Amino acid sequence: MSRTSDNNGAGWRNCLLLCTLLALSAGGCAGPGDAAVTVLQRTLGVEPESLDYHKARTKQAGDVQRDIGEGLTGYSATGELLAAAAQSWELSEDGRQYTFTLRPESRWSNGATVTAAHFVYSFRRLVDPRTAAFYAQSLADIENAAEIIAGELSPQSLGVEASGDFELIVRLRQPVPYFLSLLSHPSTFPLHPPAVEALGDEHARPGSFVSNGAYKLDAWEVGSVIELSRNEYYRADDETAIDKVRHHIITEAQAELNRYRAGELDITANIPQESLQAMREQRPDEVRVAPYLGNYFYGLNLTRPPFAGNAKLRQALSMAIDREAITEKVTGRGETPAYGWVPPGVAQYESPQFPWAGMSAEERHAEARRLYRDAGYSEEKPLQIELRYNTSESHKRIALAIESMWRVVLGVKTDLINEEFQVLLSHIRAQEITEVYVSSWLGDYNDAHTFLHLLESDSPSNMFGYRNEEYDAQMRRAATKTDPYTRQLFLEEAERVLLADHPVIPIYFRVSKHLVNPRIQGWGDNVLDYHYSQHLRISLPD
Amino acid sequence: MLRYASMRIIGAIPTLLLVIVIAFLMVHAAPGGPFDAERVLPPDIERNITHAYHLDESLPQQFQRYLRGLLHGDLGPSYRYRDYSVSELIGKALPLSIWLGSLAMSVALLLGVAAGLLAALQKNTFFDRLLTGVAMIGISVPIFVVAPLLVLAFAVHLNWLPAGWSSSSGLSRYLLPVFALALPQIAYIARITRGGMIEAMSSDFVRTARAQGLGTVSIVRYHALKPAMLPLLSYMGPAIVGILTGSVVVEQIFGIPGLGRLFVLAALNRDYTLVLGIVILYAVLIILFNLLVDILYGLLDPRIRKR
Repeated sequence: MSRTSDNNGAGWRNCLLLCTLLALSAGGCAGPGDAAVTVLQRTLGVEPESLDYHKARTKQAGDVQRDIGEGLTGYSATGELLAAAAQSWELSEDGRQYTFTLRPESRWSNGATVTAAHFVYSFRRLVDPRTAAFYAQSLADIENAAEIIAGELSPQSLGVEASGDFELIVRLRQPVPYFLSLLSHPSTFPLHPPAVEALGDEHARPGSFVSNGAYKLDAWEVGSVIELSRNEYYRADDETAIDKVRHHIITEAQAELNRYRAGELDITANIPQESLQAMREQRPDEVRVAPYLGNYFYGLNLTRPPFAGNAKLRQALSMAIDREAITEKVTGRGETPAYGWVPPGVAQYESPQFPWAGMSAEERHAEARRLYRDAGYSEEKPLQIELRYNTSESHKRIALAIESMWRVVLGVKTDLINEEFQVLLSHIRAQEITEVYVSSWLGDYNDAHTFLHLLESDSPSNMFGYRNEEYDAQMRRAATKTDPYTRQLFLEEAERVLLADHPVIPIYFRVSKHLVNPRIQGWGDNVLDYHYSQHLRISLPD
Repeated sequence: MLRYASMRIIGAIPTLLLVIVIAFLMVHAAPGGPFDAERVLPPDIERNITHAYHLDESLPQQFQRYLRGLLHGDLGPSYRYRDYSVSELIGKALPLSIWLGSLAMSVALLLGVAAGLLAALQKNTFFDRLLTGVAMIGISVPIFVVAPLLVLAFAVHLNWLPAGWSSSSGLSRYLLPVFALALPQIAYIARITRGGMIEAMSSDFVRTARAQGLGTVSIVRYHALKPAMLPLLSYMGPAIVGILTGSVVVEQIFGIPGLGRLFVLAALNRDYTLVLGIVILYAVLIILFNLLVDILYGLLDPRIRKR
């Protein structure tokens, strides 16, 4: 009996607590804040898996890491490659050795000087098999890196060395024209060796992460927010305008939009498709839609019928798709219809297009039907295929549109199959039951190679089973060219070979979509969709 | 009572072990692995990663390793959140879910029981019908409809309350999630209480009490309330576990870093150790709360205690 009454008592106490809570909260919606401290509220659509430069993988982890750390190179707000921790560099005549001169004024967040040895330490840790880094391949072009990753050589044999405190020498296996942009990737940021030695895998946690960027890591509440504050030791701290940055983790796009509309966020990571039009009308100055280094395409299983060795069928299916209808009526986010593989806006590259890109719809459909017949299909003997996509309203709508285009133009019978993302991935990898499936590719660096490499025979991500010797040879020839223009010509030729063969069906080129509060200054659209907090300013009301 | 409780706890160990084995086999049987992504890793790098997490060992070896850790209280490292261990992640998410859940459950109990009792005492009146109708709506309208509407009304348009979870918004951030969590529970509890009370009020001992001239208040307080609460009690065990361990929908909509959301993300990411850790926690809580309910049953109903 006594226990029952205790229980009732607890209930009343809870009730009292809630009443107090209600009373307290009624008066205090906005938290107390120091008016002099500027705080940027921005969003990450996916939670970073780690902030350790060598354990992270997602773009969102990179967004935070670019605020915290600084590599040898970096990007401006509008996407131009800049010298960052390095103040200058020289490339040897054979294109295989870089000599970087570091900025002597660079400091760690604990005040210590950033030296060349710290870069050497970090590069070695990245390729060390014991680190098990996802992005170990960022530096795979450095001498001996591949052998170290494979466990055949020790990390000490990596082709990097510090010559004095501020000179770093990097030897490459072959000329790598996009190497400087690789060095802006967080996996190549320097580490403070004493901190890593003392804390091991826990060195990248709030409170102990010694970093060299404009901000330092204060707190990480998993599932909620990552908080950064100004690193007063940063070499260019006087140019940093915003004192604190809060990266909110909001995976639900509609919830993110609500918080933006409620004034709780300055920058969103996304705009829900169904709200984009309304936002364009209500807040035209705040919607930022810009070309993004990514494409959306349908992958084909080239190891099995009907697509193995059947380029005509592949082309017929590709030509029957009305890409303008998809980007205008189905997605409607300002995407560009894709008539090629490499997205527009890639540095030093003129993306080629399918030879039939300029045809009218009628001509295109007639040609598609001819190819379809040549491939051995007809109205009486229609192609029956399965189209797989992972669970998402947007994939579903696009798949439905394409299914009807194929049916109307060619008479293809398509089964739409919806699978959970990991299930779809495992089916694609197995290459046993897949036929057509949704896929996309995001560039890691601003160079055509990041897209073209995917379809080389030896690329690990070539899950289509595509093998084309002519394409591989063209890519190899491009790799040996040190002159940027000659290399560009070879790469463009490689893409032309690819497009003639139709190994995949490009549908559209992606765009980045953000809402940016008008009080945020210094925002620049760029194809990489990198927006360093240090480039932004908050204009305070007069 | 103590002997009964300890027997039940010992009896639960095989159940728990079975849950662990089944959960272990199921997460490993799900297609895809924790490190799979569209971007396929070069074979050497993939080998280094699977080796670092012992995923290159056979399944029995992995299970043995997991169980050994578990016996030492170690739930292992998270595969997705590579800077954190499973115990740390659960340790951060669980208190928040418990806190929110207790608040929501307290509100739900208070309002639900009161409404249910009033409706039962005024059976078949307008008030009763109104309440039953409202409860029906409360049960049938899903949280994923109610919660965004609450946000739109109170955060976006009226701007009274924060739309999401942010430590800078203080205690006001609790209001909308607690209300959204409590709403369906209020409806359920009111319905169950009403049913239990009506049944108790029509039982023989209440009729006898009435014949002896006792007033309604005394009858409810001393005779009807306890038996009327029994159906509610059996509902409360699993309901409390459900609400304490977090609601996926509410946590997703308000961006609350609670356990429900962590569980779903862990399953989608194939974060084997995190899924297992949360499953074990759920199993332990369900076993404990069912035991607690049985003990409370005994306290409320002397017939059960004697048996």
